[in-house]
Amino acid sequence: MAHDTTEKIRSHAEHEFLKKRRSAEMRHQMTSFAIMIFLTLIAFTLVAAGFSTYLIVPIILLLAAVQVVLQLYHFMHLSNKGHGMVAFFMFSGIFVAFITVLALVTIVWW
Amino acid sequence: MDLNKRYTAQSWPDHPETATLEGKNKFVGFWLLLAAETITFASLFATYLALRDRGPSGMEFSSSGLFELPLVFAMTMILLTSSLTSVYAIHHMKNHNFKAMQAWLGITVLLGLTFLGLEIYEFNHYVHLGFGYTNSAFSAAFYTLVGTHGAHVLFGLCWFIALMVRNSKRGLNMYNAPKFYLAALYWHFIDVVWVFIFTVVYLMGAIS
Repeated sequence: MAHDTTEKIRSHAEHEFLKKRRSAEMRHQMTSFAIMIFLTLIAFTLVAAGFSTYLIVPIILLLAAVQVVLQLYHFMHLSNKGHGMVAFFMFSGIFVAFITVLALVTIVWW
Repeated sequence: MDLNKRYTAQSWPDHPETATLEGKNKFVGFWLLLAAETITFASLFATYLALRDRGPSGMEFSSSGLFELPLVFAMTMILLTSSLTSVYAIHHMKNHNFKAMQAWLGITVLLGLTFLGLEIYEFNHYVHLGFGYTNSAFSAAFYTLVGTHGAHVLFGLCWFIALMVRNSKRGLNMYNAPKFYLAALYWHFIDVVWVFIFTVVYLMGAIS
């Protein structure tokens, strides 16, 4: 397949630069992991503490949404270059998913 | 281009998962699958929300009394950690460090197996209480939603193990780099679904 990449050997400096950039990225991943753990702890603590249901439900749903955004954008690299098309797929999927849940729940609960 | 060509860390592309046409196609196709899977799980979530706590009159089970949060908390932490270990695996894949990648994938598989073991223990416990699949609309919706997620975990584990075994002697090349990348994406997606399961099923169940 001639249209595929031609091999490119990086210079030592460029190689070191890329390695450093990846390590920095890995530290960011650790930070988002720590935030996810923290959000999970908050959600479980809120429920264990036994506050009012009407207060807790919106908060834990919001915490879940934040955690999912972290997963999608950091762990799954949705914010990186070349992810425009796949982000469009994913957001269309999330949109239809939201409508599905809303429609079914409205039919049954109203 | 020869897919089996050998690379060094210095000639390894910055984004090996999309460096070939095949890799690019797999990448787009796989995200399309994940978008479709989102909708599959949404319909199961909607069904669960509609049928939660519903069943024949005199049903003794309800979401507020049944679920055990400490176990769910442990499962959540394990799955979340396994998501991070697969990030480490892909980090080493991009550095063209095959051994480190295999090691982190091995840890991910062990954590995934632990999660699956706890889930089987949980289901087994409920069934012994009399909360079987055919007990009520509630139990059927619960097992279908959480069980489908569990089946995804099982599939992800089989995928990781198959990749690790099949490529153990091959090392990293353009043939398998997209495969490892997509398996890790799938694993993150499983964690995304679990975030909603522990929130909507277990936490919202415990306070209803």
